[in-house]
Amino acid sequence: MAFSLAPWRQAALLTSPVMLGYVPLGIAFGVVCVQMGYPWWVAPLMSVAVYSGAGQFLLLSLLAAQASLTEIAVASFLLGSRHLFYGLSLLERFSGAGKRKPYLIYALTDETYSLLTSHPDAEQAAMAFRVSLLNQLWWLTGSVLGALLGSALPFDSAGMEFALTALFIVLTIEMMRSVRQARPFVVGLLCAGAAIYYLPAQHVLLVAIGGACLVLLADYARQRRAP
Amino acid sequence: MLELLLAIGVAGLATLASRMLPFLALRRFQGHPLLRFLGEQLPAAIMTILVLFALRRLRPLGPELTLNMTAEGVPLLLAALVVAGLHLWRGNVLLSIAAGTALYMALVQNLPA
Repeated sequence: MAFSLAPWRQAALLTSPVMLGYVPLGIAFGVVCVQMGYPWWVAPLMSVAVYSGAGQFLLLSLLAAQASLTEIAVASFLLGSRHLFYGLSLLERFSGAGKRKPYLIYALTDETYSLLTSHPDAEQAAMAFRVSLLNQLWWLTGSVLGALLGSALPFDSAGMEFALTALFIVLTIEMMRSVRQARPFVVGLLCAGAAIYYLPAQHVLLVAIGGACLVLLADYARQRRAP
Repeated sequence: MLELLLAIGVAGLATLASRMLPFLALRRFQGHPLLRFLGEQLPAAIMTILVLFALRRLRPLGPELTLNMTAEGVPLLLAALVVAGLHLWRGNVLLSIAAGTALYMALVQNLPA
């Protein structure tokens, strides 16, 4: 089969809203990375090895807080636990994807998931692959640009690390819209509050996330017992 | 440098594991109510924790109830409120992040010495 540009053009069109988010956020990530004293190639390396916006920003804050490798592993896995449920809902769809399946699984970010599940065009494995690959390309482009801009520093970038805080606030509000229950947010709020108050920074995330996990599990067990 | 590469590798493997696990191990539990419950509630709790963690040094008030105008005081509070407010109002991810970050950068870079 001859290589055709048309389906890639269609994929580029599909991913354009993600591009508008991934390129600037990738730039912010690259700039923050370089500002923290890492060489320029660390940002693109993370964008390939980790490839998760929230995960990569979390890794930066864990490194800054001098967290241990165990804490990095557990916190990254738990933060990624939302992927478990993305995967569950795509089990059947991806089962026919053949040699593209490993990449589709590796590249399943929040934004890619939302594209794959909301566009009928992306249901076909070949198109899902193009969409996933282009999304990673946008993210990688942003992080390289940011890392290079950050080291050349044509502008004062002090305060740019706030993009991370803003991302988390935005994602939380998006979740409030989809979950429509106060409980998980209240549980998170209380666990985080207690951990921040009582613990040094490098242990806060692990203890708070673990605690929230336990509280939610206990809550689930209680609900199941109730008539 | 080795420690940094190790940390990146560990974070990468842990993230990959979270993406692969359902395809390897959870097939049998597809549709189990506990998974559905956790899938809905856990990410919401974790995101809330991440917001608080990111804001952990926020101190809008200084000693004797004066306003704290340093980078971790009023500018941080204002920028966070702008992000939340804009996002509740318009719901545009890029706009909310860009406006909040630009405001924070402007405030922090123009602090009185």
